[in-house]
Amino acid sequence: MTAPATSSRRLRFERLPLRRIILISLSIAIVYGVVAGSAATLRMGTFTAADWRSLVINGIARGSVYALIAIGYTLVYGILFMINFAHGEVFMSGAYTAFFVAVAFGRSGYLNAHPLVSIGAILIVSMVTSTLVAVILERVAYRPLRGAPRLVPLITAIGASFFLQYTFRGLYGAQARAYPTINVLQGTWTIFGVEILRTQVIVVVAAILLWIALFTFVAKTRTGRSMRAVGEDREIAALMGINVDRTIVATFAIGGALAGAAGILYVFLFNQVIFTMGFFPGIKAFTAAVLGGIGSVTGAAMGGLLLGVLEAVGPNLFLTGVGVPSPNQLQPVVAFGILVLVLIFLPGGFLGAPEEKRA
Amino acid sequence: MTEQQAPILDLASVSAAYGPVRALEEVSLEVRTGEIVCLLGSNAAGKSTTLRTILGMTRAHAGEIVFDGERIERLSTQEIVSRGLTMVPENRRLFGKMTVRENLAIGANLRKDKAAIQADVDRVFGLFPRLKERISQKAGTLSGGEQQMLAIGRALTASPKVLLMDEPSMGLAPILVEQVFDTIKEINAQGVTILLVEQNAHVALSIADRGYVLQTGRIVLADTAKALLEHPNLSDAYLGELE
Repeated sequence: MTAPATSSRRLRFERLPLRRIILISLSIAIVYGVVAGSAATLRMGTFTAADWRSLVINGIARGSVYALIAIGYTLVYGILFMINFAHGEVFMSGAYTAFFVAVAFGRSGYLNAHPLVSIGAILIVSMVTSTLVAVILERVAYRPLRGAPRLVPLITAIGASFFLQYTFRGLYGAQARAYPTINVLQGTWTIFGVEILRTQVIVVVAAILLWIALFTFVAKTRTGRSMRAVGEDREIAALMGINVDRTIVATFAIGGALAGAAGILYVFLFNQVIFTMGFFPGIKAFTAAVLGGIGSVTGAAMGGLLLGVLEAVGPNLFLTGVGVPSPNQLQPVVAFGILVLVLIFLPGGFLGAPEEKRA
Repeated sequence: MTEQQAPILDLASVSAAYGPVRALEEVSLEVRTGEIVCLLGSNAAGKSTTLRTILGMTRAHAGEIVFDGERIERLSTQEIVSRGLTMVPENRRLFGKMTVRENLAIGANLRKDKAAIQADVDRVFGLFPRLKERISQKAGTLSGGEQQMLAIGRALTASPKVLLMDEPSMGLAPILVEQVFDTIKEINAQGVTILLVEQNAHVALSIADRGYVLQTGRIVLADTAKALLEHPNLSDAYLGELE
């Protein structure tokens, strides 16, 4: 009698290890905090329905920007299984360089005389710059290290990230610079009876169009197919006659172009550039990519939107009720809290593979 | 099979290594246009390494590989493939997330002539009607036999002059093994020269013209398939195991 009892007790103990207990307690605490905080906030009634709506819209707009940057992380990860931590600086390089074009247009008055042409030119400059930076990064910083242990390119990426930041700081100074105002982007549009900032509408629409373009590209074109093939099995891709190096360059270029576009959309929302501007959006986009399942393009888009909305709504909703004085200051806490939680509970993200198969 | 004809694929004293581990030692073999040549040997004898070295996936550190009159041992895999060589790799290694159609299309990645590609795709469907039924299905969801058909089909849409096959019968039920070997004969009859690596020595020799036996990275026996089949102790002495 005693022997089976002991063994079953031991079994039960093994089934519920300490790690599990901690995780479960942690999730209960978080759920309780979120529910209680939200309930308290809603009871206080500080925010009207319109306030919530505008927070959500704000979240969707910035989430669209995160989504576009996140695609760059996810594409590169899908093909090389490395995180290009300098991708935030790829984003910054484009927006910062295009700033000078915008200023020149602004001074001459061309910017508001021909806003569409100007915006197009600014966008192209930003996309081209980011593409070039991404491609050079691959060639100089990552390609020589292909085949090295995975930690090595990661460290290089962080080095490259600082290199780019301080290059821009050295060239253009440490201060934030305000983008010139584009009159057509000011004001609001009324859509389905809701007044929305024009910039927000444009950002969301542009992001959707770019995402569709990318998705079609990856699914339908030859280069897109090569990218998927190299991601699945690099050696066999070469056996199919695919130029693996060129495909990897194309992947960096596409991620860079989207980051460049995201840079301009970001500027529409926040109106300024500074050499550190790539850091937070970069890491948040990385969080979005992980949230959606890194390697998945659809996951990156979903993760970006979700993170944007949670970040915009979350602090106000969860923290106002518990008496935190200025909850919006704590947006990064929400964003990176989500990163940590996703890594703990759902390391594969929503759409990613449960476990990566290869090194 | 005329003896005077220059071989389309010719390995002369090829050596290769994985780091400090020697994998091939002065391997010499030749394949002539229209032949089926099989490469036999026990596990880790260097059969797969030979094929990989021909395709530049493993580097030869000594020796010469001539394909169709041209030295290829320093070329990249992509360049070698573009000259008309390809392989059905060990374990098939399909693009599992792509459809059957995409896998066949990617085999023809280097070709431009759409009509000719379509003709080859139709030829593959002629060989394997099952694949046509599964055209929009993801390769990863196919059965083992269907995957092997697709792996062969993917290689054929590259329209190779010489096709290397690495253990096409591995992991298949006996009835499918027979079918695969029939297909290999048929592909060869359609004009594709074949270099076949097999564990299944007797079946392989029964369709081959000639055979080589590898043992720990060296060629130890080379003869016509008929002579090898009649060799008194081929299995015991060289292949390590009886099938």
